[in-house]
Amino acid sequence: MPKLTIEELRKKRESTKKGIYLREGNFRGKVTVHMGTCGIASGAREIMSTFLDEFNSRDITDIMLTSSGCAGLCSEEPMVTVEMKGYAPIKYGKLNPEKTKRIFNEHIIEGNVIEEIVLGIGSERAG
Amino acid sequence: MAEKRRIELMACAGTGCVAGGAFQIIEELEKEINARGLDEEISVVPTGCNGFCGQGPLMVVIPDNIFYGWLTLDDIPHLVEEHFLKGRPVEKLMFTPPEEKEPLPLLSEIPFFRKQLLIVLRNKGIIDPEKIDDYIARDGYVAIEKVLTSMSPENVIEEILKSGLRGRGGAGFPTGRKWKIASQQEKTPKYLIANCDEGDPGAYMDRSLLESDPHSVIEGMCIAAYAISSPEGFIYIRTEYPLALKRMETAISQAREYGLLGHDILGSGFDFDIEIRGGSGAFVCGEETSLIHSIEGDIPEPRQRPPFPAQSGLWGCPTVINNVETLANVPVIIARGADWYSGIGTETSKGTKIFSLVGKIHNTGLIEVPMGITLREIVYEIGGGIPDGKQFKAVQTGGPSGGCIPSSLIDSPIDFESLQQAGSMMGSGGMIVVDEDTCVVDVSKFFIQFTNDESCGKCVSCRDGSDAILEVLNRISDGEGRDGDVEFLEELAETVKDASMCGLGQTLPNPVLSTLRYFRDEYDAHINEKRCPALHCRNLIQYYIDPDKCVGCLKCLKYCPTEAITGELKFVHIIDQDKCSKCGQCLVECPSKVSAVIKVTGSDIDNLEQLTEIVACSERKTMNIGTA
Repeated sequence: MPKLTIEELRKKRESTKKGIYLREGNFRGKVTVHMGTCGIASGAREIMSTFLDEFNSRDITDIMLTSSGCAGLCSEEPMVTVEMKGYAPIKYGKLNPEKTKRIFNEHIIEGNVIEEIVLGIGSERAG
Repeated sequence: MAEKRRIELMACAGTGCVAGGAFQIIEELEKEINARGLDEEISVVPTGCNGFCGQGPLMVVIPDNIFYGWLTLDDIPHLVEEHFLKGRPVEKLMFTPPEEKEPLPLLSEIPFFRKQLLIVLRNKGIIDPEKIDDYIARDGYVAIEKVLTSMSPENVIEEILKSGLRGRGGAGFPTGRKWKIASQQEKTPKYLIANCDEGDPGAYMDRSLLESDPHSVIEGMCIAAYAISSPEGFIYIRTEYPLALKRMETAISQAREYGLLGHDILGSGFDFDIEIRGGSGAFVCGEETSLIHSIEGDIPEPRQRPPFPAQSGLWGCPTVINNVETLANVPVIIARGADWYSGIGTETSKGTKIFSLVGKIHNTGLIEVPMGITLREIVYEIGGGIPDGKQFKAVQTGGPSGGCIPSSLIDSPIDFESLQQAGSMMGSGGMIVVDEDTCVVDVSKFFIQFTNDESCGKCVSCRDGSDAILEVLNRISDGEGRDGDVEFLEELAETVKDASMCGLGQTLPNPVLSTLRYFRDEYDAHINEKRCPALHCRNLIQYYIDPDKCVGCLKCLKYCPTEAITGELKFVHIIDQDKCSKCGQCLVECPSKVSAVIKVTGSDIDNLEQLTEIVACSERKTMNIGTA
């Protein structure tokens, strides 16, 4: 590694920031792949991998990708919940990689809910 | 660029957690993650000390921010399967506040963390201390960049003066003023020394700082060196801190590689490099003139000041010695400005202070709090109070140079002045909480024994004075205290203070003086009534089995190491005081629902001795529990 100039140090700072963005916690949205036993059995792993690839390809650092347990509607698995700041959570079900890519591009990137494949809007109330 | 991850496991790898098996846990985590094919999505990041040492080994799951403590190897497969694969956080590994049932999943909900303000430890638990890129990503080396491009050395000193930063090593000397004195000296070269010779019992602030964020100290040193025009600096670390040493070595070589140390730093024309010097654990080396002698290769004894090191220090050259915590404040002050910094804290003490909170307290660990916080907030909100329903008695601050702050002062704000007024001192930041079971004479004895061992012996007052103080204290706790002992102690203490040359001798009587100030009645009870109110001093207490409560279960009898207990199954047990070594094992063994073993002191001993005799003389048969 050659010695840095001030300009190079600044550049390095910008590029290294991407390496620790998870820890900074400045997210404008959260994507939860439901990964209960039912989800995994119906292909949630593939959905997670597809999201990871998409996140990677577009260098997304302001949206959290996480997993959770079964959402209670096992027949619709694999499922995902997309929560963007200021909007009600949206659930999509019976996902496949193609649908997943659409959700990523149209909903997460462009901010348009894909109404024809939405499973539900909002979240259940906590009892 | 690294592949994107969805989860990062920030696993604490500070000395405390490492001692609890953190490295093995990290290995197991990686193994389980790999076994499930999750290694491209989840990574384990070893970090420096997280601070909540009482919960170690521990980790924080990012981005969920879930805190897991007391991890064992057996927990790992289940944890990886449940949380990291299936997304179901594991409740039983979360932190549950004392006396509550519901766990607090998020780190941000845990009171221990919530009350803290992180400036020096801003990167703890967030960066891998062995990766310079992690530090840079967290706006690391922004301050040195600013200094080298837009500030003169005078500007830097002015900014530090304006910030109100004071030395964190103990005495609280204004850092900017020290730098100014050194910068005004004509003699060259000038040297910079970072003091990490932390030696107070129960204190580990400096060690944790180096282990969790070594680059912040390096950056602070670069800025200080620029301010005083020093080409060479030393960081003095005790060799008992192998992990801190290793991480500092790594950090220095990374900084050199990036051109942040060495010749022509960042192309600015400024040269500065750092060399590590290992100390061998003599407490007196924390004193600046002794430390300088140690670096020079001489016997580490202090010398008379003035001249102060800033005028004539290492090899007779102007030398600034700053504590590592002081230096780690510097980059933040430069980056965010003196006005911002001086807005935190009290009138005379700005910024934050790191304390190691230990002793009789629920949440032990390393905390960083704003100056001016009250002791109550530290003990009850951050520390979670005293375990086992015991009464809070005092906090010992400042290590062997400090003193006890009694419970009556629990609401006073903590800063350099208030601690001094209370008869203690900030010191480097050790905070040992003591409860009603702790004897203040014993606390004094402990610290005087320590300073007596560590006195370099150059001054008679310190060397022999500490001997004499210790002798009197031993006498008092052995029940042989005499009239006039307290007055003698006070006189001795003042003499040692006045006649010793360095900080060690000048402050060593503080633990005695402060406990005499607040707990004089306990000294008097030891001397006049042969009574130890905390039921601690062995020569003044006796263990006794209450015949009304004893069920004759043989437990205490079985575990007594000196076979001092006699009795049979379902017959009252009796302790033979001549054989008893007062180890207290019988008290531990007696079932809590029975609680027949009690400790007594002073006049209670005489009363109970008579009772015991009655029991011993009476017909054993009548005491048979079954028939009584």
